[in-house]
Formats: sequence, C-alpha cells, structure tokens
Amino acid sequence: MNSGIRFDSVTVTYGGHDGHTALDALDLTVEPGEVMALLGPSGSGKTTALRAVAGFVRPASGRVFIGDRDVTALPPHRRGIGMVVQQYALFPHLRVDENVAFGLKAQKVPKADVPGRVADALELVGMGAYAKRYPRELSGGQQQRVAIARALAIRPGVLLLDEPLSALDAQLRSGMLAELARLHRELPDVSILYVTHDQVEALTLADRIAVMDRARLQDCGTPQELYRRPRTEFTASFVGNANLLPVAVGEGSVSLGGAELKVATDGVAAGAAATLCVRPHLVGLGPGPNALTGRVTEVQWRGATHRLFVEVGGQVVKADVRELRQPPLLGEEVVLHFAPEDGVLLAAGVRGG
Amino acid sequence: MLVHSRKGRWALWAVFAVLFLPVFALPLAVIVMASFAGHWSGAFPSAFTGEHYEAATRGESLDALTTSLLTALGASLIALAAGTWAALAASRLGKGGRRVVDALFMLPVAVPSVVVGLALLVAFSKPPVILNGTSTLVVLAHAVLVTAFAYQSVSAAVRRLDPAYEQAAASLGARPAYVLWRVKLPLLLPSLTAAAGLCFALSMGELSATVMLYPPDWTPLPVRIYAATDRGAAFTGAALAVVLMAATLLVLFAVSRVRTRASYR
Repeated sequence: MNSGIRFDSVTVTYGGHDGHTALDALDLTVEPGEVMALLGPSGSGKTTALRAVAGFVRPASGRVFIGDRDVTALPPHRRGIGMVVQQYALFPHLRVDENVAFGLKAQKVPKADVPGRVADALELVGMGAYAKRYPRELSGGQQQRVAIARALAIRPGVLLLDEPLSALDAQLRSGMLAELARLHRELPDVSILYVTHDQVEALTLADRIAVMDRARLQDCGTPQELYRRPRTEFTASFVGNANLLPVAVGEGSVSLGGAELKVATDGVAAGAAATLCVRPHLVGLGPGPNALTGRVTEVQWRGATHRLFVEVGGQVVKADVRELRQPPLLGEEVVLHFAPEDGVLLAAGVRGG
Repeated sequence: MLVHSRKGRWALWAVFAVLFLPVFALPLAVIVMASFAGHWSGAFPSAFTGEHYEAATRGESLDALTTSLLTALGASLIALAAGTWAALAASRLGKGGRRVVDALFMLPVAVPSVVVGLALLVAFSKPPVILNGTSTLVVLAHAVLVTAFAYQSVSAAVRRLDPAYEQAAASLGARPAYVLWRVKLPLLLPSLTAAAGLCFALSMGELSATVMLYPPDWTPLPVRIYAATDRGAAFTGAALAVVLMAATLLVLFAVSRVRTRASYR
C-alpha cells in the first residue's frame, strides 16, 4: 500500500476568519516508509500539522493526502492512521489487551484474528507480560509502549507521533528512542510523522527533518544536511544551537572584528554582509587555524564538557571544549579556533522567516 | 490535618457537633422516635409501639411505597437519558449555544415546582395529548423537575473529560457512536451513577408538584405522609417517613456501590 503523506498548501486558522494562523501554507511530502520529524519550538505549527493529518483540525485551505487519497474532508475514523500522543491517552477503564484490541474491534476485524494480533502488537513493544494489567498499574514508559502497540495493532500505513517521549524522564527517553528506531526497522513500510521540539530525537530517528517556526516551514532536509549545511539562521540555531556571527565577506575569507577567517565563500558575493555559522563543539581552545582572540564572559561546567562564552569583537562565541582541569577565569583573554571546513557561511537575507 | 493541636481539634469537633446535630441529626432522630410513639405529651414520647410500622408496611401504604419507587425509577431514568444526551450535545455547541441550553435546563429548578405541576396539568388536559389523571403525568412531572440536576452533574463531567480519549479512539477507526458507547459513557459512568442517585432521591421526596397531579390509583408515599399528618395521625406519618427515608438510603447505597466499582483512577 502506498502510504505517504502529502500536505498541499495547507493553512489552518483558529478562531474564525481573521483568527490566528496556526499553519501557513505548508507544502511537505512524507515518502512511503519515511520517518519525517516536524521539529520546532512550541507554537510553531508542528502539532497543528499533525492534527490536520489526523483530522482533528480542518484546514482553512489546501489539501491533505494520505497515500493517493485526499483525506481533507474525511472524519478521523476513516483515515486509517495510528496516533500516539504525549499523554498516552490509554483508556483507563480497559485492560492493556483490551486497549490494544480497541481499534481492531472498532474496525470489525474478524473476532478470531483479534487475540493473535493483540499479542503480536504487544510482543512488538515488549509488553506481552502486561496484557491483563490496567493502564494505571503501569509506569509512564510502559504506558507509552502500550499506546504504540495500540496504534500499530490496526496496521496503519501512517503513524503519527505527537511528542511521544516528552512525558518521560531522560533515561527512559533514550531507551524509547532506540526502541522506536528498532520498530521502524521492523516496519519499514509505515510512514512516520514525528512531532518534537527535541533536536536529539529528530536527529536520531528521522530520515528527514522539517524545521518549523511561526506557523511556517523553515527548512527541510536530511539530519546531516540540516546540521552540517543549515540553510537558514533559524535552522542553524535550533538544530545544534550554533554560533551565528555577523561577518563581512572578502575573497575566500571573511572578517570578524578585525580577524581574517578562512571559510568557503562560494555563493556569497565579496563585500556583502553574511552570517557565519559554527557549531560550539567544533570550536577549540588555544591557537590554531582561524584563531579568534577574546575575553571570557562566562564559564559553564557541564560534566564532560565546559561551555565557554567568549566575547570576540562585540560578539559572543560559544565553545564547548572537553572538561578542563584549569578552566579560564572570567575576564581572561583566550584564543579560540575552528577548522575552515567547519564554518558555514549563510548569505544575509536568509534570516529564517 | 489542618489543625495540629489536640485541643484545637476537640474544640472544632465540639463546634461541629453544636452546629450539625440540632440542624441535621436531631429532627431525623425525632422522626424515628415519633414513629414508635403511642403517646407524646412530655419532652419525650411514651408508650412505645410498633403498630405504626405494621400499618406503614401493609396495604395502601405498601402500594404507595411501590408507587414512589417506580415513579422515582422512571423519572430518574428519563432524566438521566435526557440530561446526558443534552450535556453531550451541549458540549459540542459554541459558547452562546451552551449558555442557552444551560439556562433552559435551569428553568425547572428556578420555577417553583407547584408551578411546574400546574403547567403540566394544564398543558396535558387538552388535546392532542391528554394525560390528565394518569401515572404517566406524575412520572413526567418528576422527570421534568430532576432532569436539571442530571444535566448539570453530567455536563460538568463532560467538560472535565480529556478530549484525548475521544481522539485516540477516533484515530483507531472507531465511529462516533462506538466512541460514545465504548469510551465516553464508561468514563462518565461515575458521574452518571451520581446523577442517577441524586435524581432518585429528589423524586422520592417530591410533594408539591405531585399533589397537583396524582390520580387516586397512583399515590406516592410523600402524598400519604402529607395526608396522614393532615388528618392528625402524625405518628403514622412519621413511620411512613422513616420507611421513605430507609428505602431512599438503601437505593442510594446500592447506587454508590456501582459508583465505587466504576471509578478507575
């Protein structure tokens, strides 16, 4: 079954005609079997986009397709989707196996097939031993597994995950992340739309990431593209929290507060203003190529790393360096450096929406 | 515990007893005493007897109890169905629409029940529907009077119900009717039984609209209590009142058993 998702210029507004626009002309295609992460801060429209696929919001204009089917006007129960939300929403009055069987019974799957498919789905998420429990007797992570089993039991072509891990603590979250990756390997035909505000989840799971901000799609690409070669400042700062430094472009180099830095300047005209994007963990302490001299304004110890905030020519540069025996003192003058290939130049004007 | 000192706690209990006992408990105790009294001239009754109960659990009085139970059962079922339906429907309306429905269901509570009784009597004494002098009209009147309470308690619960359950069910392919039966109503069950109990209790005690409407072959217990007291047989009335109270409490207790079994969280 062809089961991709396609947004065709989908606009969603809340509160009548001149209400506030939650999603502004979204064009996006999720290929069959692909994991697409919708990444963005809260209020960016990513959950609205997911709800438009599920059928819980009606687009003001545009069409939503699941596979080849235009589902824009279909009620949620006829869309053939599986959905998992942040708060699990397991039915509290039903046991785990009844929860998983719910969708099968609702869709009138032959009675004889139900127990087998329930057992399969629970086995898939490793919850087979908990079939007779009530949801309230399970931990958060276990409840989320059951919710995933419930969504998968109906064998949807499309799985919608709305911040599925954000109610879990950090350790469980990384376990569940691995679990989701394994699930996707076992179910290669299911397209997954994964809404999250956590860039680690998006980078780990997604085949492609759609970055959203202020109701608009800002950028879309593979995690590697977005991380290594961000196209907008918003992407660069939201995915990986990059340093964004205003620079003047020269021939094969840029200047930042008097310092000449070698970076690839292809595509940006000499003499123009541009933004230099460098990841904090690619910035080293000490002399080297592309050296920057400045004063330390803040030092944060993060266990395995130190984050240094260094003022260089009026700009604050963040550097994540391996834990230092002797961290620099505040106000101390230090030299930072980064490799020419680690700097990405963003032409001015691509400010990210 | 809000009050930590032992003395403070005792003082609070004393205040509670002084306030509560005379207002709530004593009148009920007096009714129970009166129901056993053969004679009451001093501070306490004398010549205790069980003959009022013999009279209260036989013949016409027993019929009256059955009548009351049936009326209350019918009225609370109608009220529960109508109130729940309206509450579910109102939850889908906009703010303005919901306010109109809220006000509509407040009407029978705001209007004196004598007026409701009279209104039904007048309305159903003429064609096309004549129910004058039927038990149906009594049940209908009770239903009208108690539906407001069913509506209010169910709509409060509907408003608290997390829409995520309904949406999860819909995403799993469940049609709206299936969602209603398998998800919403089971989750609302605790408040449905609470509403049913409330309606039942209110209907069991209804007098003012009932006296306007009841036919001779459908005399609920409160009417008999009123009649007994009116002709001077206060002790017989007291025995009937205790029977009414006991029957109501028994039903409420049974309903609350259902409710505790139905609360999941």
